[in-house]
Amino acid sequence: MTDYFNEMYHGGAVRAPYARLEDWMRAMPAELRSLKQAEAEQLFRRIGITFAVYGEGGDPDRLIPFDMFPRVFTAAEWARLEKGIKQRARALNAFLVDVYGRGEIVRAGRMPSKLVYQNEAYEKAVAGIKPPKGVYSHIVGVDLVRTGPDEFFVLEDNCRTPSGVSYMLENREIMMRMFPDLFRENRIEPVDGYPALLRRTLASVAPEKCAGEPTVVLLTPGHFNSAYYEHSFLADLMGIELVEGQDLFVEGAFLYMRTTEGPRRVDVVYRRIDDAFIDPLCFRPDSMLGVPGLMDVYRSGGVSICSAPGAGVADDKAVYTFVPEMIRFYLGEEPLLNNVPTWQCGREDDLKYVLANLGDLVVKEVHGSGGYGMLVGPKSSKEQIENFRHRIVADPGNYIAQPTLALSTTPTFVAEGVAPRHVDLRPYCLVGERIELVPGGLTRVALKEGSLVVNSSQGGGVKDTWVLAE
Amino acid sequence: MLLSVDHVTRYIYDRPVRGVVQSHRLSPSVFDGQAVRDWTVEVSDGIAGGMFRDGAGDRVQGWTVKGPVREIEVRVTGTVETVDLAGVLRGHRETVPAEVYLCETAATRADAALATLADAAREADGPLAMAHRLSALVSEAIAYRPGTTTARTTAAEALAQGQGVCQDQAQALIACARHVGMPARYVSGYLFASDGDAPEAAHAWAELWVAGLGWVGFDAANRCCPDDRYIRLGSGFDAVDAAPIRGTARGNGQERLDVAVAVRQVQQ
Repeated sequence: MTDYFNEMYHGGAVRAPYARLEDWMRAMPAELRSLKQAEAEQLFRRIGITFAVYGEGGDPDRLIPFDMFPRVFTAAEWARLEKGIKQRARALNAFLVDVYGRGEIVRAGRMPSKLVYQNEAYEKAVAGIKPPKGVYSHIVGVDLVRTGPDEFFVLEDNCRTPSGVSYMLENREIMMRMFPDLFRENRIEPVDGYPALLRRTLASVAPEKCAGEPTVVLLTPGHFNSAYYEHSFLADLMGIELVEGQDLFVEGAFLYMRTTEGPRRVDVVYRRIDDAFIDPLCFRPDSMLGVPGLMDVYRSGGVSICSAPGAGVADDKAVYTFVPEMIRFYLGEEPLLNNVPTWQCGREDDLKYVLANLGDLVVKEVHGSGGYGMLVGPKSSKEQIENFRHRIVADPGNYIAQPTLALSTTPTFVAEGVAPRHVDLRPYCLVGERIELVPGGLTRVALKEGSLVVNSSQGGGVKDTWVLAE
Repeated sequence: MLLSVDHVTRYIYDRPVRGVVQSHRLSPSVFDGQAVRDWTVEVSDGIAGGMFRDGAGDRVQGWTVKGPVREIEVRVTGTVETVDLAGVLRGHRETVPAEVYLCETAATRADAALATLADAAREADGPLAMAHRLSALVSEAIAYRPGTTTARTTAAEALAQGQGVCQDQAQALIACARHVGMPARYVSGYLFASDGDAPEAAHAWAELWVAGLGWVGFDAANRCCPDDRYIRLGSGFDAVDAAPIRGTARGNGQERLDVAVAVRQVQQ
């Protein structure tokens, strides 16, 4: 039985940041708890925050389960994470500038060229193009797990359009509404500055040709997209227009938005659609979601696109293993946050090890996400392991493997009362003229007892995440 | 050689469309083999976008036409001085590493037949000999016969039917080269035919990356390497990616296309 780090109870005592929550939990009668849980669910329903689960069928408007027990970080813990996350965001952007420019990291032999230039996320169309302020990834979602009082690991980076930040904001909102006393008793850093900070970040990367206050829009694929709620929520909070491809058009060297007062020039597009669909004249000719001609406007400096097309080459799971190397190469610093040791099945020795130890490892697809197409060795049947073995052997380059991490737990409300459940954390780092991080993030919790998979598509829930003030 | 180009593309819609957006790769490449004397691209009632050089070294420019409009004319005219470099793309500035052109596209996927064809060149002595061999194999396997394929025909389909046009031969050669691990790309441009009649004045060929030489052009359709009869415009992974004009119209009018290209030698 693995010994998991419990973030509240450690060494037979309650850890300091959870002291007041312990009283709160003990003072709460069971009836009140179920009443509050029902209230929370009602609030989420009323707001309309639901999560459509890909490929699972059933109710697409299913609520993502919310657990009322907050997850807490001390100011000191957060300060350390913040430094590490910002360092990573800087290195990832330096890498993107480099691989679409001279490719020094490859020339120096510090990274295999194949991994970069034969990567399906590498966009030839943006090579040689310098985005404003040299930023490709404006919102970097860094997925972290904790395994001990001082041990944090980065599981993966998300450089394209990381989702979930609306949950960070809503979880806080709802907790404050339901338990105002908690927010008087604890000194909790606010997260509600995120939308303003995001807007400022986006405006800060407006192209040089933009005169005056930049016009920023959020480009969504539409209401059938599983994250549509988040798109409209963020646009609303930022006070910017939520648009679909058909609301925008190119004329000459610029991009415009149709409005009731006539066309209005757009300077920055916060896009929540994939590269392949952005512009049928540059990428998939059959895309109806994008804007024809947008890439020419972007590449000639008429508009900024956030994140920049091509940013995905920095966040695939094989490139991930080189992020510590990027930090050393571009920043001349030692990584403050550790990677999880990773075996690349595309390498012969690694593959041999992985196949011999499948029962102990977590195996993931290089381009997979959402917890699909992965094997958690210790939690899988012999048959599942054997089936997966065939898939790896058939296409080794498509898989990486990592040790099964002893993810920390935090107390979580369950049917029988309160029990430890495994959690991870996704903070959202903003990169523009400056690098900013709001003190908080999205904590995902594996609600199934013993489960290590926190993805909402696999039965995960969310929690409010507190960072305590000094 | 001093070559003049007059290239007119007319788009006619059966019903007026609400607007047209195009992306052009219609300016001659800048390299040691050609120097532009004069060059203009005009689009009837068009509004020019910003011009830029992309990572492959191509000059790209967007154009828009406001609707309602029934007909658009894109006219390219100019003169270019060319030099025979035996196909070698010398002095061409680009950012994209050759290795990027190992990637597969739907139109250039090597099926079993293309792979078998390509494998026959593996015995060649060195990469340059191999490139020549591949080009010869494709010329033999796909006969030049206009009207037998469409713009959407893939390399595999063209080989299966054993005939096609320069686009099909170029795409087949690209598929074969990539199969044997040679980066390859599609090039669009113009060709001057001295024997008067020029069915393929708007031409296409392939470039293969030959270690030591860099990019070298191979025209499987004419069984040669591009010389001073060729004007190079731009490149891409395949025909769609390298198209001199990519465009779309807003509205549901049916589009008809008229193309007229004349490439002539100018007496000096």
